[in-house]
Amino acid sequence: MVVHCEQVWREVSNYVDGEVAPELRVAMEEHFHVCVRCTSVLQGTRNVVALYGDERMLEVPAGFGRRLEKKLAQNVRRESRGKRWPVWARWLVPVGAVALMIVGFRVFRPVAPSDLTPPELARLEHNIPPDLVIVAATDTKVFHVSGCDLIRNKDKDKLKTMTAKDAMREGYVPCARCLRKYLTAQARREIDSDTDRHADADDPPHGAGQ
Amino acid sequence: MSQANVVVQNPEAVTREQDLIARVQRGQYELFYELVRPYERRVYAAALAILRNEADAEDAAQEAMLKALTNIRQFRAEARFSTWLIQITVNEALMRRRKEHRAVMESFDDPRSGEEDSDYTPRDFADWREIPSEALERKEIRQRVADALASLDRKYREVFVLRDMEHLNIQETAEALGISVASVKTRLLRARLMLRDLLAAGWEQGWFSRLPFEKGTKPW
Repeated sequence: MVVHCEQVWREVSNYVDGEVAPELRVAMEEHFHVCVRCTSVLQGTRNVVALYGDERMLEVPAGFGRRLEKKLAQNVRRESRGKRWPVWARWLVPVGAVALMIVGFRVFRPVAPSDLTPPELARLEHNIPPDLVIVAATDTKVFHVSGCDLIRNKDKDKLKTMTAKDAMREGYVPCARCLRKYLTAQARREIDSDTDRHADADDPPHGAGQ
Repeated sequence: MSQANVVVQNPEAVTREQDLIARVQRGQYELFYELVRPYERRVYAAALAILRNEADAEDAAQEAMLKALTNIRQFRAEARFSTWLIQITVNEALMRRRKEHRAVMESFDDPRSGEEDSDYTPRDFADWREIPSEALERKEIRQRVADALASLDRKYREVFVLRDMEHLNIQETAEALGISVASVKTRLLRARLMLRDLLAAGWEQGWFSRLPFEKGTKPW
């Protein structure tokens, strides 16, 4: 196999990298023995590869390493915080959130009758007017003032209207939320009403004494 | 695998690196800088070859290192760590360049961009000899050599830097730049021959005149 200069120039880079077929390599080596120009091209190419392959050609700006180290250190702290737990443990986050919601619901939900102590329940039942018309929830055995939030979305077939006296006789217990509220408002109305009555009694009739 | 440009790491260094990688992957992130410190120059050079601006190159190099830190668990031992790091850097730099639309502007500016498929004919046939290693001790020489590289068209410079300075192999260079193996070989040939001519011309202009070579001879 015989090669010409142009062919050598096309392949000289591959030759330097050792990426030419054995037959071509032999032919090129024979050519280099007799061709000064191609030998010059080969030596120059090798020099370029050696020159730029030297580590000293890789210069970095002053302080580059220090700045890089600082930036990495900042992010290392963030990575350490973010990836401290193994993958399986990351499920703990949503599970914990659900648990918190359940606990929160238990803690902050409206006061239910079962949360009242027996003396509190007895006091509440004592103060409810026996003829007050209430709405009893048959499924929970709790009776409410009409309009209470806790029965707003209940099925109508699970509600029935009756007097407080009948409800208590059938074993229903008062809703601590709405009936307390009702009784408090009722008491305030009575106080206001008494105050007005006393005031009227104290006031002389219009025109009297004039 | 090529015969030239093979980076030889001693077995102790390889073992040490593998140990560091495993420890960082297990969460000892504070060891990451120790792991990448030997490659910080190469990472910066790869970014600079693509972005041609020192500040941009430093930003890209830092960002690439951060991405490597974030994705260290994805690194698999079948690849060289340095190659993985360089590829992340090249991706980061290419992404930044695309954002800034520099590639379009540069192709108009560069007088050295030519037809890739046409043959390149060497211009200088002087009697070259091996460049002494001490030549690179001089900053002036390093600067001249760096300037010659910087004058190359982007597509030749990128391939040359990844192949001959970063020591990626042909396949890795092709993958990093998203071009074919044939294109890598063609561009590498042209880059090497153009640099050879540029440096020879520099010698004619007296770049190396203060080096202690024999009178009347070229330094290579």
